[in-house]
Amino acid sequence: MRRVLLVVPLLIFLLLAGFFLRDLLSKEEGKNELTLPSPLVNQPFPEFSLASVLDEQQTITRADLLGKPALVNVWATWCVACRVEHPVLNKLSAQGVVIHGVNYKDETIAAQKWLKDFHNPYQLNISDAQGRLGLDLGVYGAPETFLIDAEGVVRYKFIGVIDEQVWERELAAQYQALVEEAKP
Amino acid sequence: MKRWLVGLTLGAVLLSAQAAVDTFEFKSEQERERFYSISTELRCPKCQNQNIADSDAPIAHDLRNEVFRLLEDGRSDDEIVDYMVARYGDFVRYRPALNAETLVLWFGPLFFLLAGFLAVFMLVRRRQRAAKDPLETILTSEEQQQLDQLLEEKKKRDD
Repeated sequence: MRRVLLVVPLLIFLLLAGFFLRDLLSKEEGKNELTLPSPLVNQPFPEFSLASVLDEQQTITRADLLGKPALVNVWATWCVACRVEHPVLNKLSAQGVVIHGVNYKDETIAAQKWLKDFHNPYQLNISDAQGRLGLDLGVYGAPETFLIDAEGVVRYKFIGVIDEQVWERELAAQYQALVEEAKP
Repeated sequence: MKRWLVGLTLGAVLLSAQAAVDTFEFKSEQERERFYSISTELRCPKCQNQNIADSDAPIAHDLRNEVFRLLEDGRSDDEIVDYMVARYGDFVRYRPALNAETLVLWFGPLFFLLAGFLAVFMLVRRRQRAAKDPLETILTSEEQQQLDQLLEEKKKRDD
């Protein structure tokens, strides 16, 4: 009995070490250590009615997102990492990936200039100057990207910069699967 | 002159302390208190180790505005917290909800405390028993066996 008790501290240590190791390894895979699980995954994309960045007269609503699976990318001109991400989005859109932009808490004029200077990869340009849609999406730092299916349900959320590796590793297969799923 | 300076400094300090309280205009003292209790209970999603009342991050500012707006809207405390959880996840609660995932979190410490008490209790009882009856051995059966063996060997040698 006593011998068994002697092993208990070792067991507790191993258990703790296991937890820490798991956390360490998950970070090494390049995951953003600030990534929080989003409660929005498998929930419908929130309702909204906002102007277009390119044309203030034009109103975009949730219904406009439906029909095709798409990436919804939350960005802003004040977001330095978004500048890094932008060329990758351009490339993806050239490959035919449907991407919509949410211009989050930004100045429309600056955003228009950005889209003109760096190319516009977005099919819809939603202007969320007040950050209300961002709040409904649980955005806490741009860039954030949501993968939605043809019915407008959020399937995945990625926080941080999408680069080629991230696209290949986390998004490409899921996006492709959604495209297949949407086919009649 | 000196008194004036002291008064001026004191006034400036008091004024700046007032300014940090925020620019919200609450309808009542009670509402102000509710605002503070809710915003100290919500964790800032960006900074993570601060509540939204203490954090200077823009997101914390936005969330404070939102809490204020919902309060004005007449929502209850629970409704406001649920509203935030629906958007930012369980993470924003400093007091996590009790569910299957957080069971260990809630009852883990209690379990370890009870285990500690049990260990101390058993130890004390064993000692008490030993003290009460010094003749009663406190050897385990294994140790007893070893002792017997040693005695046996000694006996053989003596013979």
